[in-house]
Amino acid sequence: MLIPVLIGMTIVTFAIVHFIPGNPAQVILGETATEAAVEELEERMGLNKPYAVQYGLYVKGLLQGDLGTSLKTKTEIASEIWPFMAGTIELSLFAMLFAVIIGVNAGIISAWKQNSWFDFLAMIFALVGVSVPIFWLALMEQWIFAQELGWFPAYGRQSSRDTMEAITHLYVLDSILHLDFGRTITTLKHLVLPSIALGTIPMAIIARMTRSSMLEVMKSDYIRTVRAKGSGEFLVVYKHALKNAVIPILTVMGLQMGVLLGGAILTETIFSWPGIGRYIYDAINYRDYPVIQSGILIVAFMFVMINLLVDVLYTYVDPRIKY
Amino acid sequence: MKIEERPKVEKLLTNPVKRNHQFDTVEVKVSPPWKDAVKQLRKNRFAVAGFIIIVFFVFLGLLAPLLTPYSYEEQNLANRLLAPSADHWFGTDDLGRDIFTRIAYGARISLQVGLFAVSGALVFGTILGIVAGYFGRWIDTIISRTFDMLLAFPSILLAIAVVAILGASLENALIAIAIINIPVFGRLVRSRVISLREEEYIMAAKAQGMKNGRILLHHILPNSMAPIIVQSTLGFGTAILDAAALGFLGLGAQPPMPEWGKMLADSRNFIQLAPWTLIAPGISIMLVVLGFNLIGDGLRDAIDPKMKS
Repeated sequence: MLIPVLIGMTIVTFAIVHFIPGNPAQVILGETATEAAVEELEERMGLNKPYAVQYGLYVKGLLQGDLGTSLKTKTEIASEIWPFMAGTIELSLFAMLFAVIIGVNAGIISAWKQNSWFDFLAMIFALVGVSVPIFWLALMEQWIFAQELGWFPAYGRQSSRDTMEAITHLYVLDSILHLDFGRTITTLKHLVLPSIALGTIPMAIIARMTRSSMLEVMKSDYIRTVRAKGSGEFLVVYKHALKNAVIPILTVMGLQMGVLLGGAILTETIFSWPGIGRYIYDAINYRDYPVIQSGILIVAFMFVMINLLVDVLYTYVDPRIKY
Repeated sequence: MKIEERPKVEKLLTNPVKRNHQFDTVEVKVSPPWKDAVKQLRKNRFAVAGFIIIVFFVFLGLLAPLLTPYSYEEQNLANRLLAPSADHWFGTDDLGRDIFTRIAYGARISLQVGLFAVSGALVFGTILGIVAGYFGRWIDTIISRTFDMLLAFPSILLAIAVVAILGASLENALIAIAIINIPVFGRLVRSRVISLREEEYIMAAKAQGMKNGRILLHHILPNSMAPIIVQSTLGFGTAILDAAALGFLGLGAQPPMPEWGKMLADSRNFIQLAPWTLIAPGISIMLVVLGFNLIGDGLRDAIDPKMKS
């Protein structure tokens, strides 16, 4: 299952450069490029070889960890991509954390107090949350909480005047490793607005899924038994019911990681967040096709790996599932 | 519909001589399933709200030239960034264009994007899904693996990839959105077809010598409609959202088109100076998407109670 998908992914990203209508080298260099320059680029990127050979070389390169060379910075993508990846990973993790904590709890309470005003409000909020364009939400947050109220910084991962020596490029972790807790706070402050913008849609979807999944479980016989035993309502809900409601929630979380990684490109553009989404966006504007190609491949790869991880988690959460 | 009432067994036993008696007929009223669905949908207040929102935007788009005296593209720098007023309900943008006018004309673009992207995905997805599900074997393997491969990408990223190949324009964004939605419809139809394939009435049709094409068109397709209709409605919303995102990134509609996502991108820099330039387009996108989501959820509950999540 995994191997064909990975091969398919490389075909799609391969196509990005090679199926550009007309002459790819000409498109990359722009219309004013000289013929010699076009030929030189074709030679360098191997564009003058048959497709099958080119694809073979591309995959061979990938297997050796060669993601190509950026046309803009002239450096190898493999060597410059990690800081951007770390930026996206950190942002996605915090967005997911926000989505899960708020979404799961809102869903549980909605199911617990079904048809209450809380349930009604939470579900309206969830409906609006699924429909809101995240780039608009991001802009509104930036306007209200950064520019008008000044509570949180509007741009970047850390203050540009006071940068830190990176260890892992996951800044929260780095600041802790440096034992510089003041900086941990500033880094977290930078994370607040982008995480909320990015996490809103997953939060809404997780809340709805949790609610319906919990409602189903709460009706089952064993919950009645637990109640009959005299267990407190809180324990019934959070210990007994949640355990069985968690599988569909987990599935949705895995799928929502894709939304997060895709949404990162929009959020990062707005918050000038140096992540992989921003890296791809800048590359599109610069027609830096090798970067577009490898950036998209890396994100898709991360997505596939997350879904694999979710599958593994299933067996851990629910021992009845076996592969 | 008329249902024949069978003669009771005891009657036959006690009165064995009188075999050739007349069958009694009883009238049974059965309303067609779509009527039930509409009835249920009308009871769902959320779905009705969604419907009203969409009708509102359809009329806004259709009647745009009658509703506003301004042009959506003509610049008037003397009127730059005016706050909302009686003359300009939603204010003006950085080039002095009336925002209400641009929103109204933008409704045309967004609804068209939804319509074309969803129809494209629907047609190709349904065909591929039916072929894969009905014929199975290697055809299924090839089609399903292709779907898996496309679904392995976060959808907006795949759309960006397609636009990066084809070049930035509204038409290409539309094609990209249609492509990323093909596997969504395809998978849905395929799984439906696979479960239908084993039904007795399909076997009966086969036994009668009905050709594959006829079975697909007359039996399988009509019975797969419910999930397709629901997915189309929900897909409308996502398509509009994706198109706005591509427009925002400069990969969709190009100036001076009044596409809502593009309007947001163009007004970004004036957020503090003139926040109204961002509020109207954002709320419009949200409302239209919300409208389709509400109808989609309502339809799902009404048509196919099994799909209720």
